[in-house]
Amino acid sequence: MNGLDVSEELTADLLVRFLRSEAGKFGFERVVCGLSGGVDSAVSVALAAQAFGAENVLGVMMPYRTSNPSSEADARVVTEALGIASRKVDISEMADGYLEGSEVTDQMRRGNVMARCRMIVLYDLSVEWQGLVLGTSNKTEILLGYSTQWGDSASALNPLGDLYKHQVFQLARHLGLPSEVIDKAPSADLFEGQTDEDELGFTYEEVDRLLVKMIDERWTEGELVAEGFNESFVRLVAGRIAANQYKRLPPIIAKLGPRSVTHDFRYLRSWGR
Amino acid sequence: MDCRMHLAQLEPTLGNLDANLAMHAEAASNAASQGADCVLFGELSLTGYFLKDQTSEVALKRGEGPLERLAELSKDISIAAGFVERGEDGQLYNAYGFWEDGELIGVHRKVHLVTYGMFEEHRDLAAGFDFDLIESKHGRFSVLTCEDAWHMQGPMLAFHAGADALLVPSASPARGVVADGDGIGSVQTWGRVLSSWALLTQTWVCHVNRVGFEDGIGFGGGTRVVDPFGQDTGLLEGLDPGVLDARIDSAALDRARVALPLRRDERAWILARELAKNAEAGGWEGKEG
Repeated sequence: MNGLDVSEELTADLLVRFLRSEAGKFGFERVVCGLSGGVDSAVSVALAAQAFGAENVLGVMMPYRTSNPSSEADARVVTEALGIASRKVDISEMADGYLEGSEVTDQMRRGNVMARCRMIVLYDLSVEWQGLVLGTSNKTEILLGYSTQWGDSASALNPLGDLYKHQVFQLARHLGLPSEVIDKAPSADLFEGQTDEDELGFTYEEVDRLLVKMIDERWTEGELVAEGFNESFVRLVAGRIAANQYKRLPPIIAKLGPRSVTHDFRYLRSWGR
Repeated sequence: MDCRMHLAQLEPTLGNLDANLAMHAEAASNAASQGADCVLFGELSLTGYFLKDQTSEVALKRGEGPLERLAELSKDISIAAGFVERGEDGQLYNAYGFWEDGELIGVHRKVHLVTYGMFEEHRDLAAGFDFDLIESKHGRFSVLTCEDAWHMQGPMLAFHAGADALLVPSASPARGVVADGDGIGSVQTWGRVLSSWALLTQTWVCHVNRVGFEDGIGFGGGTRVVDPFGQDTGLLEGLDPGVLDARIDSAALDRARVALPLRRDERAWILARELAKNAEAGGWEGKEG
């Protein structure tokens, strides 16, 4: 036991029920999801295919002109293995319309624009497909803030948001997903040779072992260091989590009246459903 | 006592009294037609759980429409169900009513409201102060609403009052999906807690949970009946709505109490004396009255 392993069968069962129940409340039986060729989106659509039937899941590949062609190829392996519908929308012109016109050269800004272009495509296709936008952000990246706000983090339903990356890989193997998406290094594919772990500066396995103790089990910094975690690593991760809280919450509303949205106007989305 | 119970594990709609009342009526009617004596529903079964600002909007005074409908249905079968009660004092309570022969014969107001982690009951509800027995024609029942079963005083008072069964309605979220955990962690933990209370209070335990999701929080099911030896006699596996059909009787209570005379040997006066000493010494200062 490493404190991270989940029961794959139980987890998949809960998540399939979650998708069906939450979408069903709003009259939806279909979803649309961006496919990057990576493990997160593959697991999300695999769960959705079980929940709604493969024919009700649309996987959308949205390459930019510098995207690695192998990402699209891997995404196609997933759509074919699951038998879901697929669509390719090249976002190059759409993104360049802004990036080139405004001469945006900063790598991070360019990546964020691409992520937000993909969000625009998915939310538009959700109308055509009459399905909700399915999220693919896992708990590790949500906590670390390793995502683009209103970009890849945008969705209506996210089955992976309480699963660490380690657990997403567990589910991927359990669901029998193709080795192409399981065996490669996770990457945002914004520039050549990029990998998540290079960019983050640590591995998912390292940070997941830390996060489960820090977040789920509420260990203090002192206890984590005594347990053998490097002190600067603990501080780095704790700092990232706090600094990115803004990405996890709705915009700040200034309270003026007696009942304010996000403050004390308190209803679930399930309100009456 | 020889009572055939139907424990109805529902998936209520959040804040939709009409839809939920229809579910109750259907389950009660089915239970009656199948010969059950009593049908039990879960915590806040008429309203759904994470009500937040809906709490006051779905609150009912005793005798109001939907509750009168349950009273009417109870002419055919005894019914226990959860609702938000608007008390005569104007406070809102997490209530569990028991209807029999057309009358509301008892209401338990949840004593131990949960206000930690994902729960915020005390923000919207007032706490009850009593663990009165419900004297049904089918037996003497003590109601422990969810968290009430996680504190010792409720089961202990039921034990001293001579309850035949603990009725434990809950709206317990499913938590814990660890590998090799033998199912959902929270459901397993409930099993251990309820088995302990059945064994130690020498009563039957009827636990009714719910299923379904409210904004991503799934409820864990695990509706079960435990005999006075602490053994499950019925359990709803899985996460679907369903009905557990179970019989509870006096014979098992008698056997348990002869085999292990806990009630005979209990020395409640020591507990009463020690608690009084504690109170006198100011140990409870600052606690609510």
